[in-house]
Amino acid sequence: MGHMHTRIKQATVAAIAAGLALAAPISATAQDAPAAAPATAVAADPMVTQATPPSEAQVEAVTEASTLPSDYAPMAPTKGKGMPTSYEDDAIKSLSFQDQYTANGEYALWMHDAILLPVITIISLFVLGLLLYVILRFSRRANPVASRVTHNTKLEFIWTIIPVLILVAIAYPSLTLLARQYETPPEDAVTVKAIGYQWYWGYAYPDHGDFEIVSNMLPEEEAVKRGEPFQLAVDNRMVVPAGVPLRIQTTASDVIHAFAVPSLWFKMDAVPGRLNEKLLVIKEPGVYYGQCSELCGSRHAYMPITVEALPPEDFAKWVRAQGGTMPGEAEAPAQAAAAKPAAKLASAQ
Amino acid sequence: MATTAEGFDIHHDDHAHDHADHKPGFFARWFMSTNHKDIGTLYLIFAIIAGIIGGAISGIMRLELAEPGIQYLHWWAQFMGGGNDLNTALHMWNVFITAHGLIMVFFMVMPAMIGGFGNWFVPLMIGAPDMAFPRMNNVSFWLTVAGFFSLLFSLFVPGGTGPGAGTGWTVYAPLSTSGSVGPAVDFAIFSLHLAGAGSILGATNFITTIFNMRAPGMTLHKMPLFVWSMLVTAFLLLLALPVLAAAITMLLTDRNFGTTFFDPSGGGDPVLYQHLFWFFGHPEVYIMILPGFGMISQIVATFSRKPVFGYLAMAYAMVAIGVVGFIVWAHHMYTVGLDVNTKMYFTAATMLIAVPTGVKIFSWIATMWGGSLTFKSPMVWSLGFIFLFTVGGVTGVVLANGGIDDNLHDTYYVVAHFHYVLSMGAVFSMFAGFYYWFPKMSGRMHSELLSHLHFWTFFIGVNVIFFPQHFLGMQGMPRRYPDYPQVFQFWHEISTYGYYIMAGSMIFFFVNIAYALMAGRKAEANPWGEGATTLEWTLPSPPPFHQFETLPVITDANDYHDHRPATA
Repeated sequence: MGHMHTRIKQATVAAIAAGLALAAPISATAQDAPAAAPATAVAADPMVTQATPPSEAQVEAVTEASTLPSDYAPMAPTKGKGMPTSYEDDAIKSLSFQDQYTANGEYALWMHDAILLPVITIISLFVLGLLLYVILRFSRRANPVASRVTHNTKLEFIWTIIPVLILVAIAYPSLTLLARQYETPPEDAVTVKAIGYQWYWGYAYPDHGDFEIVSNMLPEEEAVKRGEPFQLAVDNRMVVPAGVPLRIQTTASDVIHAFAVPSLWFKMDAVPGRLNEKLLVIKEPGVYYGQCSELCGSRHAYMPITVEALPPEDFAKWVRAQGGTMPGEAEAPAQAAAAKPAAKLASAQ
Repeated sequence: MATTAEGFDIHHDDHAHDHADHKPGFFARWFMSTNHKDIGTLYLIFAIIAGIIGGAISGIMRLELAEPGIQYLHWWAQFMGGGNDLNTALHMWNVFITAHGLIMVFFMVMPAMIGGFGNWFVPLMIGAPDMAFPRMNNVSFWLTVAGFFSLLFSLFVPGGTGPGAGTGWTVYAPLSTSGSVGPAVDFAIFSLHLAGAGSILGATNFITTIFNMRAPGMTLHKMPLFVWSMLVTAFLLLLALPVLAAAITMLLTDRNFGTTFFDPSGGGDPVLYQHLFWFFGHPEVYIMILPGFGMISQIVATFSRKPVFGYLAMAYAMVAIGVVGFIVWAHHMYTVGLDVNTKMYFTAATMLIAVPTGVKIFSWIATMWGGSLTFKSPMVWSLGFIFLFTVGGVTGVVLANGGIDDNLHDTYYVVAHFHYVLSMGAVFSMFAGFYYWFPKMSGRMHSELLSHLHFWTFFIGVNVIFFPQHFLGMQGMPRRYPDYPQVFQFWHEISTYGYYIMAGSMIFFFVNIAYALMAGRKAEANPWGEGATTLEWTLPSPPPFHQFETLPVITDANDYHDHRPATA
């Protein structure tokens, strides 16, 4: 990610050179950004291609300029971690779930792999075996005279009670899983609010100065350049601390969207007028991709989700770079004030 | 023959020969029909036409999904009268998934199973001359046709980001209200109103017919299982469809008259719509499969030359599935933000359905056990049904777990699951029923060779389409996506090859019908032999225009394994 770093520096220099105050680009909304900011960014950075839509460039300019005091650079994704695997890369892995990076995800995956999958495979093969047996054993040729047996109470009792027992056996871990998924986030959990818009995500950090990140899908050439999978990669990621409880909230401003990250076993609808909340603890730092999972109109397929989990101290640095504050820290009034309008970014779009 | 039917015998004997086969002229016969067999035929033809359209749309979708990127949608957007921009092209995708779903559910499966086979064979199997309300029967059919035209019309009028309704068949608010301006969604909703009204009328007709017009001596516990399945289905329709009608009427008023049932800015709630929709929608999936259960029971018994095993358990398993089907709806909504107790309840209740379903699967196998099986076309389709429905059923048990569904909800795993129970469950049972009753309906025998070729190619095709979709879903591929990250390409490509095989297999089906109608051997009254014990096989093939003017009497000497009169 060497050149990413360089690129941010270039943009930063350009922003200063243009004589813009730190707060100015932050307060700009994505759509109505002053012409100077994106123009400067494009001029200063030959890497930004003409094909990039202006709104993308504007959003980038906002973020890049705001990262002034930090050396934050988006983490490079690890192949096969937090993303789907293709058949060509690993045929076996492409047949099942993604590796899990939460305790609940591991438990759910265990339940699927150790209980559900064997049970349903055995039942399917059992039925197939019985069918093949009756086809061979009771064909007209093999059994010219049909029996007239139509009842066997004992047998009927058995094939009613055994499925009941199997289901009870499944129900126990299933309800345990649900109970774990619904644990209430602790008081000091880090709150991130994912807001669905047609067709991008906004991530608000109400406990960290209430700034909002606007997250658009990266165009193909940009994703390739950054070494990220196209249609999963975004310009501004949802950055969270790893290893600590997160309080993920979802809502939407227009139609229903769904915030989903398969490798975290996490999916929650973002419903206008409702605030859904769920605990999430990501075990280790990494980049975890997801996609909108509720039909939300024409660009439904083009509003991916990228969660970047950082060590908590790096997360704190990132927060400060956004102009936010860590809870308990002395408020930096100027910065906080500057960050507030950023939350309007999306509503203006 | 003594007892109750004597009066009818005397009254009808002298003019039975007069009008038993008197048919009205072409227009009166097919456009103003009051004859259950003609209306059944109309429904079947209608369902085949709708199935061709719905199946062609899935072909467009599979072609588009064969590789990442947007390949054909721009062309379709312009063909339908939309612009050449990306948003319109992507909107066309949503229109296709919506149309495919609505057509297959409301205008293919339901008309074929209930309108087609139900109309044809419920009166025949219970020994009735016709349905209870023949004219209402005709109204049901033409309402369905009108509904279909309303849906087709919606494709060509503005629906927000492009022409047509792009809301998904579930028509979730607020995408279907504030999210889709233009009349397309209104026409799609109106289409559901019309088809729903037709189905409600049909359901009352079936219930009345089955309760009041059974031949003397045919008690409820002597009815063939297909009639039982139609009775349960009719009750599900009668109880579920009015809820849908209410929900989509609220959508209409939210869209056009300023109400805010589903709009939080006026105190409404989008999730309310989902509760209402799925209170209808879950029974609807049993509406689509129960008649299939009934047909499979008849066919398996016929070709095993053995009465169906555990008749009462089979009948009441369907009743149980129907009842429990009404109290599991929120398993379609596991991710909307239900509280933990609600999710636990719906998890447990949903898994419960596996029990009566298992009873049915095992009873079909027990029916064959000890039988003397012949593998005519209806039987091979039924065997295919039993296996593939089991596969679709067990993935349903996986999805029933609310905690597991958190990952699989709205992914291709769900798409694979419901196509295994519908595209392979319902559709296999319909082909089984079609080949079973085609000789009876047309008076001609179809080619066994062509129907077997149809079966094997279709079996391979649909499995190649849908089995890999389990893998895609587990890897995280969301449904209703026209485009996807490169990593998903391999299994999507395989899936599209499966579509080619499946589409090719339909050639055997159509050639077979053409062959049978033009050159098929004349069918006997009962072409399937001693195992076929229901009343329709006592009539000539095709049955006379009016049948059972002399009611058959089912005497007490017969138990419920033989549905024919003692003298037959």
